Amino acid sequence: MNFTAIVGEALRALRQNRLRTGLTMLGMIIGVAAVVLMLSIGQGARTKINETIAEMGSNLFLVVPGATSSGGFSFGSGSVRTLTINDSYAVAELSSVRATAPVTSGTVQLNYAAKNWSTIVTGTTPDYFVVGKWKMESGTAFTESDLRSAARVAVLGSITAKNLFGDEDPAGKTVRIANRPFLVVGVLMAKGQSLTGRDQDDNVFIPITTSERQITGNQFPGSIRYMLVQGNSDDEMDLAELEITQLLRQRHRLATGKDNDFTVRNLTAIADVATNAAKIMSIVLGAIASVSLLVGGIGIMNIMLVSVTECTREIVIRMAIGANQRAILTQFLLEAVMICIMGGIIGLVLGIGGAWLVSQFADMLIVITLGMVGLAFLFSSAVGIFFGFYPAKKAAALKPVDALRYE
Amino acid sequence: MPSLQTAHSTEPLIRIENLCKSYSLQDADGGTITNQVLFDINLAIYPGEFVAIMGQSGSGKSTLMNILGCLDTPTGGSYRLSDRNVATLSGNELARIRNQNIGFVFQGFNLLKRMTALDNVATPLLYAGIGREQSRKRALEQLRQTGLENFAMHHPNQLSGGQQQRVAISRALINRPPLILADEPTGNLDTQTSAEIMALFEQLNREQGITIVLITHENDIAAYAKRLIRLKDGHVVLDQTRESAS
Repeated sequence: MNFTAIVGEALRALRQNRLRTGLTMLGMIIGVAAVVLMLSIGQGARTKINETIAEMGSNLFLVVPGATSSGGFSFGSGSVRTLTINDSYAVAELSSVRATAPVTSGTVQLNYAAKNWSTIVTGTTPDYFVVGKWKMESGTAFTESDLRSAARVAVLGSITAKNLFGDEDPAGKTVRIANRPFLVVGVLMAKGQSLTGRDQDDNVFIPITTSERQITGNQFPGSIRYMLVQGNSDDEMDLAELEITQLLRQRHRLATGKDNDFTVRNLTAIADVATNAAKIMSIVLGAIASVSLLVGGIGIMNIMLVSVTECTREIVIRMAIGANQRAILTQFLLEAVMICIMGGIIGLVLGIGGAWLVSQFADMLIVITLGMVGLAFLFSSAVGIFFGFYPAKKAAALKPVDALRYE
Repeated sequence: MPSLQTAHSTEPLIRIENLCKSYSLQDADGGTITNQVLFDINLAIYPGEFVAIMGQSGSGKSTLMNILGCLDTPTGGSYRLSDRNVATLSGNELARIRNQNIGFVFQGFNLLKRMTALDNVATPLLYAGIGREQSRKRALEQLRQTGLENFAMHHPNQLSGGQQQRVAISRALINRPPLILADEPTGNLDTQTSAEIMALFEQLNREQGITIVLITHENDIAAYAKRLIRLKDGHVVLDQTRESAS
């Protein structure tokens, strides 16, 4: 018997037992739908994290001032202002470093017309926007000359802009920061939450010089809260870390054997942790969903075993008129595989539909890849072959002698 | 019977020598009980013969039929079909012999319930590796010859017993086998229909020279055959050719 004829026989058997076929398929449908849904949620979470990392800027270091202690009492990281704007400029000259941005910050009240809003004011240099990969929604960032002249110019984060200006375009308007008039030169494009869950868009940026002299003031002139450093390339991250450490030790005149009075943190490493967490999450979700696929497969085996018993007479008649074992085996195996593949396709559609619903209602990013579709397909046919083989083998091993003669 | 064998010049279609068949069963104590059903059967059936095998229940006639039909294997002796030793053949080769060389007709018809008459007749061709379209065409032609072309698209449960048995005979004939094995073919039919079916067997034997081996326990059915073999308790007790049979 050729293959298409066997396919025809298997299809006929499936068609004639619609209810049984449908119920068996249900197991596969639920299993595949669950796998697709879980994988797409997991993949969505990973993509979201990767996007956040990419937006954060690549090859970043965060350099924070060190801790100080007095009488055995540690004040914690950043308790002394050992880093200065000049440190930041010096680090920027290193060959393994592309750019740096010194940062000071404080909380201020902003006013525009009748509205007011309290937020964080960040004093920095124009390089900050380059290092952090910020894009402008409107207007421009402030410039080096604004920095030198300590100009009263401000760049608003998108949430701050929305809260003060509503639908108006803030660029070119004047806003009062701590009761001093500032010209809004630009508004940043929204970035969403950082990896640590902090809203990055509720912010106002002004030149660090202006901030120091007019807004936050400074106990230790020239000192900064932290600096962002962007390395030249992925490969030179270790070298960059070493060079930054050496340069800062030298500038801070730290004797050999004395602890650093600053900390260099590689932000890529933090990103790796987040990526790993997301990866583990999708593996766990996939594993849970796979259990339902397994249960579906066992259901198929169950039904196929019943079906073989039910069809004993038919099988031996076929054998009497010339079916060999392979033809019987193939027919029953194909029945199982077809149930699985059809169930797989329906489950795939339902899974994608479910993922879409989740993305609509739960505001989660859902990613469906071609690989996932292929995996669901491969998995469902594998389940069909694996769980269909034993019943098919049993059917093919039937002996025609006994069942033929009696009704 | 030596006299019978010398009467034929050709090779026998079926040659059975010292054939034995026994079944082993486990009893309640875990011991083995051997139940011998056939004892030293010797038989030669030549092309074109019409043979009736008779015997009471338990005489071993069905076991003999299963062995003749390559559905079961003997436990001793030899069975040659068309000069091939069946005992040495693999499962696939046996399936091929059942498909090509033997047509089966059963008491219970044994049609595939979920298929039309046409597909039932076409199925042996599919197993022979012939395409679906071609198979259906030949099956329709076969049904026409048995007078059932108007019932081709009926399912078995829409047909009378006689019609079902004609479909079964069409299915047995579709691959043009030299041998038809009929196991109580009229057992489920009334007298009138039985006579029609037997007339069809007679016609096939006479006009197409198909060898027919018929198993029955009814004398008037056996009377259609030209040769009578009687089994009793697993032994051949009678083997006679009827000259008067037409």
